[in-house]
Amino acid sequence: MALLVLWLVLVAASALARLGPLRLSRGAFIAAPFLLAALPLVFTRPEQPLGSIDLGPLRLTISGEGLRIFTTIAIKSWLSVQAALLLTYTTSFHDLLDALRELRLPRVMVAIIGFMYRYLAVLGDEAQRLMRARAARSAVAVGVQGGGSIAWRARVTGGMVGSLFLRSYERSERIYAAMLARGFEGTFRHLGARVIRRAEWMAFTVTLLGLLVFVAAAHLWLPPS
Amino acid sequence: MSDVPGGHRHAHVHQHAEDADHGHGHAEPSDQQATDRWVEIEHLHYAYPDGHEALSGVDLRIGRGEKVALVGPNGAGKSTLLLHLNGINRPGHGSVDVAGIAVRGDGIRRARSEVGLVFQDPDDQLFSPTVFADVAFGPLHMGLAEGEIHDRVERALAAVGMSGFERRLPHHLSLGQRKRVALATVLSMDPSVLVFDEPSSGLDPRGRRQLIGLLRTLTQTVIVATHDMRLVAEVLPRTVVMDGGLIVADGPTDQILADEALLERHGLERP
Repeated sequence: MALLVLWLVLVAASALARLGPLRLSRGAFIAAPFLLAALPLVFTRPEQPLGSIDLGPLRLTISGEGLRIFTTIAIKSWLSVQAALLLTYTTSFHDLLDALRELRLPRVMVAIIGFMYRYLAVLGDEAQRLMRARAARSAVAVGVQGGGSIAWRARVTGGMVGSLFLRSYERSERIYAAMLARGFEGTFRHLGARVIRRAEWMAFTVTLLGLLVFVAAAHLWLPPS
Repeated sequence: MSDVPGGHRHAHVHQHAEDADHGHGHAEPSDQQATDRWVEIEHLHYAYPDGHEALSGVDLRIGRGEKVALVGPNGAGKSTLLLHLNGINRPGHGSVDVAGIAVRGDGIRRARSEVGLVFQDPDDQLFSPTVFADVAFGPLHMGLAEGEIHDRVERALAAVGMSGFERRLPHHLSLGQRKRVALATVLSMDPSVLVFDEPSSGLDPRGRRQLIGLLRTLTQTVIVATHDMRLVAEVLPRTVVMDGGLIVADGPTDQILADEALLERHGLERP
């Protein structure tokens, strides 16, 4: 019930942002695989047994309570991802960084997030080049069983991860040299390029209050299902 | 041209430069000296932490406004030398002076605003989320006022033909564009010496032409480490050849490039 209201809020917000609601709802399934982690809850709760599955020596009992918790988690995560998507679709990354800085997140943290964002793509490209190089040389000679053992392949992959790490490490040293060369002395400075306006503070406060009221209402009026 | 075995490379090149300057008749001898020796490197030795000696006694003098190519095979010590110019590498022995500032101790911070270092890979140089933030990084850390920083960013981006890209993300730009923004990140600091490490590597012909055009517009002292001998021939009147941590030749580019035996000896080729 409460979750339905939240979903409606999200849909309304995305309509305001002129994003099709389906785009968010579909995009949010990207996090679905992580739900597997919550799946055991269905079988480990003792309350309300609904039935059981026989797996030879293993007997799994489905619990109604567990099923309910699992469903809640699934919907919650789906909604959270939608909210996150809405944020990234509507807000540019440096605006987010500015906002974090304005919300008094330590500058080092903001800088780390900024670097992460900047170099994720670079790292991804590097990983892709490594994999392409491996693929290009993963040929099979005629009449020979190719591919190698799993252990051997794992060793190759491990080597690739290691080499990616070393490359990143070396890159980090070069980046640091580039920072030093431009006068970096250990503290991040930032230009107040974007000041948060009054209206934005107002919107922030109203949203925060609204959420608080919403949570309080949910606890007071809704039956503890 | 001086093709002298390492260490003693004194010579007529500098002699020549000084003669030329006498001709211009500077008012103050001390000014003239400073201009002649805008970059002055003496007996520079440097060994990496693992003990490998990368520079074994480099002497080099570069006058203000000179355009110098630094050529030589991989591992000759070119990049290592460049990193000494603003104190990223600290000399084992010897000294580096730039614009009359000794590049050591407290001088390093001032030297860094005199020397703009453009790294080979723009992904190393452009570490900020936006082009604007990156070009503003240098001026910001020099402690300039906000209005001045905005002016400088605008001018630097205009100088490299990248106006209007302020809000763009570096990884959405082409390599040529990123290289030009990388130059803007040091131009905004208004340095008197610009140092490039392999500026033309990886560029397509158009990007390369644009880079050469851009290098020609620079009025600062320019030092370029490169393997691109055509670039050298086109833009840089003086060439310094390094090999094995030493300067092995230093002279006018046309003379160096005409000496096939010298080029052959040091793994170089004619343009």
